[in-house]
Amino acid sequence: MQGAPAMQRYSIFSLLRNALSHHERWQAAWRSPEPRPAYDVVIVGGGGHGLATAYYLAREHGITNVAVLEQGWLGGGNTGRNTTIVRSNYLWDEAAHLYELSLKLWEGLSQDINYNVMFSQRGVLNLGHSLQDMRDIHRRVNANRLQGIDAEVLNAAQVKAMVPILNTSPGARYPVLGASLQRRGGVARHDAVAWGFARAADARGVDIIQNCAVTGIRRENGRVVGVETSRGYIGAGKVGVVAAGNSSVLAAMAGLRLPLESHPLQALVSEPMKPVIHTVIMSNAVHGYISQSDKGDLVIGAGIDQYAGYGQRGSFHVIEGTLAAIVELFPSLSRVRMNRQWGGIVDICPDACPILGKTPVRGLYFNCGWGTGGFKATPGSGFVFAHTIARDEPHPQNAAFSLERFTSGYLIDEHGAAGVAH
Amino acid sequence: MLLIPCPWCGPRAESEFACGGEAGIVRPGAPDAVSDAEWADYLFMRTNHRGLHREQWWHAHGCRRWFIVRRDTVTCRIDGVEKMGSAGAAP
Repeated sequence: MQGAPAMQRYSIFSLLRNALSHHERWQAAWRSPEPRPAYDVVIVGGGGHGLATAYYLAREHGITNVAVLEQGWLGGGNTGRNTTIVRSNYLWDEAAHLYELSLKLWEGLSQDINYNVMFSQRGVLNLGHSLQDMRDIHRRVNANRLQGIDAEVLNAAQVKAMVPILNTSPGARYPVLGASLQRRGGVARHDAVAWGFARAADARGVDIIQNCAVTGIRRENGRVVGVETSRGYIGAGKVGVVAAGNSSVLAAMAGLRLPLESHPLQALVSEPMKPVIHTVIMSNAVHGYISQSDKGDLVIGAGIDQYAGYGQRGSFHVIEGTLAAIVELFPSLSRVRMNRQWGGIVDICPDACPILGKTPVRGLYFNCGWGTGGFKATPGSGFVFAHTIARDEPHPQNAAFSLERFTSGYLIDEHGAAGVAH
Repeated sequence: MLLIPCPWCGPRAESEFACGGEAGIVRPGAPDAVSDAEWADYLFMRTNHRGLHREQWWHAHGCRRWFIVRRDTVTCRIDGVEKMGSAGAAP
């Protein structure tokens, strides 16, 4: 706990007090300490999942001698590159319960970490464009209700009433027959999630070390003993790797192979405009999803690029296809100009579910394979991964997501149900 | 968009092709002699490394032939192509 000053709480009063000093005396949100020679736990990857893991290690398990190592800047990877959608309406029990655990944590998160993550439960619609889409939607909604997760089926008229600018005419290229709706789903501000978890973890004594790339994982007698980094060797009792698109590269450092392929996933935002979409609309069939941020920009996501890549950019024809679909669904958006476009590197798993658990190397844990849909799981992923590291055994909610499932054949196939558009 | 030099048709836009993933993955031998771990490695595990990578592509909207592309996974620069079954392309 050395050197961690008491965290100043954010409130309306602290805002007023700091206004009197022209906002020049705000405490830094987290320290930037030099790495110590060794830690009880080293987390590799300073995105939302890694920072959440460190926070829950400290809060739930009292393990505070922890470092989070980030090769770039906090939340500069997929945490800052996603389309911020949060939902839990997956098909299979294992996945649905994991994402629902996360959604429940989202619901209290801003209070929990004293940081406004702007979680907005504005509802998530998944459109059905064909009879088979609607059968799948009915099946998934029924499954969700049995799982205790809120879900509804809307018909085309109800969808139109909710989203008037959606083209639901029978002659539309992608006719809308209905949708599933999860009212508790929504969006959150992605940067705030990284910063809020960083600040809350730092306040509990976690060292957050940026610009520190891990270059090797040192092992002795089948057990992890530390990591080589660009800032020197750091000893570790346990190492948790949460490196998203770079997971296979880190696994290779420990002599492991993972069932992952890293692909670029692109997204884009428009210029800010007046409110036109107050919910989240996703369509698996046309590979597009859209919401409108509080700033007013339309946030649009595409499908993954087909080739493996680490370049954090993709091919133009992928976003061209997505925008063609968005314009078919929302003809009135055809003249909206796009402001920015970017790519993140997502680690795609064969069954579109994460790998979250132990590895053949003792003391080494992996949390990866979230693919295109990891943001929504940020708090839940950190919660169960912290449990897995602290107890050296999985939490009941992530036991099924082990690396062994690829050998045993117990796959959790979310590709058909929810794995296309996340 | 990648410009992919099909060994039969010459350079064409990526949108004409489908990517078939990592090249050189060999199906294990007699099924009853193969362990679950070997099957898992064959079916699911991938090298997925940063740097020069050999991958299969299919010219779906062209000659409809499969071939192998050597491409850097960080820069996307294409180093060369090989016909299936040519020396160096095996297996």
